[in-house]
Amino acid sequence: MQPDKALDIAVLVSLGRHPLTGRPRRADHDARGVELALGVESQYANAQLELVHAGACNTESETALRSYPGMAGLPSMTLLEQEEGADVIPVLGDYLAQREPQLVLTGCRAERGEGSGLLPYALAERLGWPVVNNLAVIERIENGVATVLQALPRGQRKRLQVRLPALMSVDSAAPAPRQSAFGPARRAQFDSQALASEPDAELAQWSLSAARKRPKRLKIVKAASARERFKAAAAKAEGGSGQVLDGVSADQGADAILKLLNEEGVLR
Amino acid sequence: MSELKRRNPRLEWIARNRLHPEHASVLATLGQGQASEWQGPNGLRRKNPHAIGFMGPNGIKRIDRSGAQQGSARQAGGAAQVQESRRAVVIESPAFYIAVVPDMTGGRLSSHDKDLLGLARQLADAKEDVPGAVLAILPAEHREQQLGDAGIDRVIILPEAPAGQFGPDHQLPLLESVERTFGPRHWLVPDSALGGGDLGRRLAMRLQERPATGVWRIEPDDSAPLGWGCTARGAADSLDIQRPLPRVVLALAECAEPVDQSRHAAEALTLEGTPSAFATRINDQGAVAVDPASIALAEAEFILSGGNGVKDWEGFHQAAKALGATEGASRVAVDDGFMARDRQVGASGTWVTARVYLAVGISGAIQHLQGIQSCDKVIAINMDAGCDMIKRADLAVIGDSTQILAALVAKVQQQGGARDAA
Repeated sequence: MQPDKALDIAVLVSLGRHPLTGRPRRADHDARGVELALGVESQYANAQLELVHAGACNTESETALRSYPGMAGLPSMTLLEQEEGADVIPVLGDYLAQREPQLVLTGCRAERGEGSGLLPYALAERLGWPVVNNLAVIERIENGVATVLQALPRGQRKRLQVRLPALMSVDSAAPAPRQSAFGPARRAQFDSQALASEPDAELAQWSLSAARKRPKRLKIVKAASARERFKAAAAKAEGGSGQVLDGVSADQGADAILKLLNEEGVLR
Repeated sequence: MSELKRRNPRLEWIARNRLHPEHASVLATLGQGQASEWQGPNGLRRKNPHAIGFMGPNGIKRIDRSGAQQGSARQAGGAAQVQESRRAVVIESPAFYIAVVPDMTGGRLSSHDKDLLGLARQLADAKEDVPGAVLAILPAEHREQQLGDAGIDRVIILPEAPAGQFGPDHQLPLLESVERTFGPRHWLVPDSALGGGDLGRRLAMRLQERPATGVWRIEPDDSAPLGWGCTARGAADSLDIQRPLPRVVLALAECAEPVDQSRHAAEALTLEGTPSAFATRINDQGAVAVDPASIALAEAEFILSGGNGVKDWEGFHQAAKALGATEGASRVAVDDGFMARDRQVGASGTWVTARVYLAVGISGAIQHLQGIQSCDKVIAINMDAGCDMIKRADLAVIGDSTQILAALVAKVQQQGGARDAA
């Protein structure tokens, strides 16, 4: 443990979009990242939390952005001002390289723009840091090594030891964010820096439109002959191919079930 | 017994000769059933409609007059014929490669992987004079038998990761070496939570490419640098982005139809110059035991579900604990107060996606069967052999659920004890 060295945590936050109304809000995954960081901050005396947003800030988005410091009454939030449609990766990369935080948390996917979920990977490649996705829990941080649980599908967890500095992205497996308080959110200061913005030329060339409903896949019967088509149409929907054990003892039945469970590998 | 079929030319001759007095009996011995057509004594063709056709699902006799069915004879190896109808494709010298890195959940190609391979075939087969080959990069522990049927021309099996190494840290240098050796025109990775989404993004950054994520459709586009355009989902699924198809593509499920007409060679390639392990900053300490009761029902892998037929609820909970299964229930069990409302499976409860669903004392109302549509294996324990759940189940045991569960728990504990001792 290095008590003299501060444990700097930066949380990259973005502007969210309400899925139904389309209004600006705090992005859900980013808010979960703030929640995780607040948990670490309360656990370690030397931890310092900084919120960083890169992008445009106008009257519309300001209220939404203020709800991040409002979550715990943080006095300020860093704002790297960029023009609309700018690529924020170079700006964030330079900023993080200069600040050198130990741990950077971010949501795994933005709710506006391309929303490709590439930002943590691009920053990690730029800074040469390791990146962990789907962070669920930060167990402890000792001697510059963080022990974390990564969320896997089907509610499973994996324990990883990561040497800091590192980037970690958070998705819906992390604890739900606390509410934002209005007063502290109003009182929070923006520590803004106007930086030269680099427009995302590729994104500007693409055509964006509201998402259409994806066509449902049809069940296609591929039959070479009339007979096969007829069979397919006349066949029972229920396959009934299952094995039925009737009139067996409880022991034999349990044996058959156990065999199938072992084959599927669900017993641990 | 020998595999060779012995022919009896005389019997065959009698079977062809409808006027032979032994015709009907010979047909029966040859397994071709009753004669359905013969020449009458006055030279008229006679037909016996009772000898042809098959029973339909509603117990009504169906007669198929397409000519494929003769008498009530079964066609030997019907499934084998379907298999052989696939066109065999061998690409000797491919003009380019399309690399695919499937998820291989549980060691097998998932439906998402098969869709992705269908997409790869679209890219590879676009121009007949310049055929491309689909190169699949699979983990060492895969169990898939029919790689060729999924549309794979070449296979590279990656070596197993050493213990304690973070998966992507192991795979990325190997994929980079595939990039150097084969220089594939496109890299296709499933945009899934099962590892593909993560690996694909890491790979794209390592190859210094800007990938397309959430791709769900591609179409030829001559103005694009690689000749293809794509439609991708963006901004939390609220936008459709039309853009040229880049080299690295992360595609969603159902992005293309899986391959079902052709069979490919799935020829194994070796990767030379396997890079040595490098110092990594992430140490993988393995999976953590998770309390099955804390897993959301919708994403649980193994569910033990109880219904009206369960009489011993104490034993049921013990069984769930011993098996390490998440508990579910039918509507009746919830209404009767034996289980909490959030455990209800079915149309008005949770739609589950378990790999194995063990239904105890559930008769299978249609609302319940809807809820378990996407389960892979269903096991039923029930007293009533005629209920709908038995028809749906892959394995059904008819008997007293209390006794069977108790026997199962004893066996599982015995097996667990043996494993711990070993």
